[in-house]
Amino acid sequence: MKRKFKITLLALIAIGIALLAVGLMLRADIPILNPKGWIGVKERRLLIISTLLMLIVVVPVYFLAWYIAWKYREDNTKAKYDPTVDNNILLEAIWWGVPGVIILVLSVYTLQGCRELDPFKPLDSEVKALTVQVVALEWKWLFIYPDQGIATVNYMRIPKDTPINFKITADAPMNSFWIPALGGQIYAMPGMSTKLHLIADEVGSYKGLSANLSGMGFAGMTFIAESTTLEDFDAWVQSVKAAPSGLTDQVYKQLVEPTINNPVALYSLQVQGLYDQIVMKYMER
Amino acid sequence: MSSAAEVVHSRTVYGFWVYLMTDCILFGVLFATFVVLHPNTYNKELFSLPFVLAETLILLVSSFTCGFLPGAMRENNRHKALFWFAVTFLLGAAFVTLELTEFTKLVREGNSWQKSGYFSGFFTLVGTHGFHISVGLLWMIVLMAQIGFRGFNDANIKRVDCFRLFWHFLDVVWIFIFTFVYLLEAM
Amino acid sequence: MLGRLTLEALSQDPIETTANVFSLVAAIFIIGLLFYKHRWGWLWKEWLTTLDPKKIGVMYMIVAGAMLFKGIVDALLMRAQQVTAIGDAQGLLDPLHYQQIFTAHGTTMIFFVGMGIIFALMNLMIPLQIGARDVAYPFLNALSFWLFAAGAMLVIISLAIGKFSATGWVAYPPLSGLKYNPGVGVDYWIWSVQIAGVGSLMSGINFFVTIFKMRCPGMTLMKMPIFTWSIIGALVLILFAFPILTATVTMLALDRMLGMHFFTPDFGGNPMMYINLIWAWGHPEVYILILPAFGVFSDVVSTFSRKPLFGYTSMVWAIIAITFLSYIVWLHHFFTMGAGANVNAFFGIMTMIIAVPTGVKVFNWLFTMHKGRISFSTPMLWFLGFAFTFTFGGMAGVLLSIAPVDFQVHNSLFLIAHFHSVIIGGVVFGFFSCFTYIFPKITGFKLNEKLGRYAFYCWFFGFLAAFLPLYLLGLMGATRRLDRYDAGQGWEPLFWVAAFGVVLIACGLGFQILQLLVSVKQRDQNRDTTGDPWDGRTLEWATSSPPPVYNFAIIPDGRARDAFWVHKESIKNGVIPKKPIYEDIHMPKNSPIPMYLGVLAFVFGFALVWHIFWLAGLSFLAILGCTIYRLSDDHPEYTITAKEVEQMEAKR
Repeated sequence: MKRKFKITLLALIAIGIALLAVGLMLRADIPILNPKGWIGVKERRLLIISTLLMLIVVVPVYFLAWYIAWKYREDNTKAKYDPTVDNNILLEAIWWGVPGVIILVLSVYTLQGCRELDPFKPLDSEVKALTVQVVALEWKWLFIYPDQGIATVNYMRIPKDTPINFKITADAPMNSFWIPALGGQIYAMPGMSTKLHLIADEVGSYKGLSANLSGMGFAGMTFIAESTTLEDFDAWVQSVKAAPSGLTDQVYKQLVEPTINNPVALYSLQVQGLYDQIVMKYMER
Repeated sequence: MSSAAEVVHSRTVYGFWVYLMTDCILFGVLFATFVVLHPNTYNKELFSLPFVLAETLILLVSSFTCGFLPGAMRENNRHKALFWFAVTFLLGAAFVTLELTEFTKLVREGNSWQKSGYFSGFFTLVGTHGFHISVGLLWMIVLMAQIGFRGFNDANIKRVDCFRLFWHFLDVVWIFIFTFVYLLEAM
Repeated sequence: MLGRLTLEALSQDPIETTANVFSLVAAIFIIGLLFYKHRWGWLWKEWLTTLDPKKIGVMYMIVAGAMLFKGIVDALLMRAQQVTAIGDAQGLLDPLHYQQIFTAHGTTMIFFVGMGIIFALMNLMIPLQIGARDVAYPFLNALSFWLFAAGAMLVIISLAIGKFSATGWVAYPPLSGLKYNPGVGVDYWIWSVQIAGVGSLMSGINFFVTIFKMRCPGMTLMKMPIFTWSIIGALVLILFAFPILTATVTMLALDRMLGMHFFTPDFGGNPMMYINLIWAWGHPEVYILILPAFGVFSDVVSTFSRKPLFGYTSMVWAIIAITFLSYIVWLHHFFTMGAGANVNAFFGIMTMIIAVPTGVKVFNWLFTMHKGRISFSTPMLWFLGFAFTFTFGGMAGVLLSIAPVDFQVHNSLFLIAHFHSVIIGGVVFGFFSCFTYIFPKITGFKLNEKLGRYAFYCWFFGFLAAFLPLYLLGLMGATRRLDRYDAGQGWEPLFWVAAFGVVLIACGLGFQILQLLVSVKQRDQNRDTTGDPWDGRTLEWATSSPPPVYNFAIIPDGRARDAFWVHKESIKNGVIPKKPIYEDIHMPKNSPIPMYLGVLAFVFGFALVWHIFWLAGLSFLAILGCTIYRLSDDHPEYTITAKEVEQMEAKR
């Protein structure tokens, strides 16, 4: 009886935790499960498919573990005790084979997914892409819009349904550029230029952050990526261009200095080719 | 050697082989890093091939002279062993001296390990080999002292065999260094 | 004169000061106890100079246990920060301090708890399981322990003098380079890891030769206990992987000390090379940690189900497959570095393939239990806990191996939840299972069962509360190593549950400490007089508890799998064992030199951290001197005559 009580207690606690989790999930914002851009949607799809495929093996494991432990416990004299059984070719074939097949299927999805969702691969879209150059600094993000002639710190606005071609570098230790609601991340490294291609499917305001420790002010490296209609985007670009602050080489030098919890800043772009200069700075020496 | 001592001898030599394989991996990492950090251009003037050839020959000959040690041990000839040890030591010391000369020259002309990733890789890879050779030199002195004062016994025969493996291994590593660091650069 | 060491290094904040006072008080207490009980001679002779692997194993466990305590305190502090540093509040700790704590937490847990545990188990179980009297190189074995202890000491001393690294436990450059971290922190990390790493490599060589060259007659490879096989897997991984660590950490040290440019972003350096190299070591490292745990469970499940292990051959091949595969998956630690679709796909697929042999092992354990007669003593409870948590963590691992999915969860709390699931569920639970299992063999009495159960329940439910919320937090966009976060994202309640979980785990640890104290007090009631308290199957149970210094007076016959079980069955069937004929036994003499070398290594590392170069040079010369002295000792053994052996055996 004591055993049954314990197991029931365990089960109740487990259910309780599960309910708590579900409850929390319904109220909270879970960007990776509720992506707002189709890259994120595809990544989520892979997540769900692979989880389901694995459950084919995991559910029987959990069931067997519970059942076998229960049935063959010492004080269950009804269960048969057979210490001579230590091998079974058929069973071995099943548990080498079935997971093997599942992994094979998963491998196909993986290969497909890697190619389709390669961060360096431009998106398939008839809409003309917008280029945003991203520079990770200590401890803020600089966004340069070379074609629009503006630059911003810790805030980025993009038009919805438009593919964004990010080019990413750092003038700081290694960081990782990540907007969870729109899709996966990629490292921002000094002296290197990585690429990311994302798109926002709806109007909204999304949090971005750095996903790699880069020093004292790392936790404050959050930014907002706001996707708006094309009209709102163009209007915003014009207003920033008219902004009093300009991003010159001098201003940039100041930006490179370490600061924490930077407020949003908007600049009109007064230099050409800043991004390439930043990357080359590390190559030339 | 008694059978118990033979067991210990073979067990020690086996383990020493395993250690040498791990050392191989260590050098492998240094080689890989050297290759990755190598710039796209090659600098023919950087090394003097005749100089490096001299180093190589010295090391090869020292491996050869080291090969006379088992014979001396079998004959229980202390003096013969000490002689060949001394020759090997002198050759090894010559190698290290030449290598230090080369390093000094490079530093003097501004190509120190602080100059670039390539030079960091070069000095570390070649320097690690040189460090191992230096350890070998110290080892030889200790062995010469032990054999000189105590003659041959199970314990130091075991050590001499391990030393020989070490010394030949370093020779093999040097062949790779000679080829991939020096020859490739100069050609 | 003292390099860059100044009095300022001694100024620490309140939390560190508390830790230092605690350590000091504990040290004074222990020293006082030794004086009071006049045990200095005993300590010197029986422990500090011993070359007996059984004692060395206990010492590893003591150090690993102390470091586990520290690691859990780190975890408590981290969780306290996570529930207080919301919005504009700084929380309990300033950012740099928090970053030091999680760096120390990771470094401590992997290098000094994880590696300490597995070397403890190797020392305690391998010679006994293979029917040998000792390891291949007893002196080297002791030296490995003292180097391990020296590395641990460097981490501990950083609490009092200076600061520890704040770059994360793998210390990625450029952050760990001179430009961004010129202080002593990263250097402490470098030398503690380097010194402990050398010790690990030595043990790798030692136990590899021991298993391949010193098995008792008749014990072919396919007759060995599965624990021994799993250790072979771990040893092969150590032999290949640790040289990579040594070389890589050396290069980082050269960057920092001699201004080299291996991993600087400029002057032709390549930080990505560090990341590749450190994970080429790092991935095998985690399999080094888990394989012995798998081995433990194989032995525990078969013993406590009273059945031979199901599918022995299959299990051996699974170990070999896992060992081999773990060399070709390292890139999955940085899919997001941009290697390209085909490269990412290759490493991802190789990673998920490992799930197959791992799953095979789980099924074989379950079918070992099937048609068995299962006793649910604590070792089996830990196995069930493992089965639950590790499976879940493994599933998360396969999810992470799919690069596009990883792009969203890399470096998030989802990743943290995954690796804690497999390391705590696997390595830690495996160790606790083994600890209860072999405790009577080593000490001669059993542990208190009831307290063991309480500890298990605390750890198990504590683990669930502490880490299940983290899977969710990762999906909510919470990255790792954040010292504060914005309010209103729905993260706080989950962090509270997680904090509660760590408190529960700490209670579990508390129960374990209590269990030790109570068991020592109750030892006469729980004596193991037969040497075989669990009706075991393998050779270690054929000795007394504790075994004599030479393990076996007569080298056993290893011709059967589960050799001891077969021996017991044959006696039940009326076979009369032959009268033993004793021979002289040669055992290694004690030596204080491994301890001296450990102390000197600590001084060497400390001196390099603080740039006290004359001290570094001096300690290096002293190390050379001790080494030469030892290598000139032609008679390191003593003999126990056959008569003495007979007398010792009669007393048992």
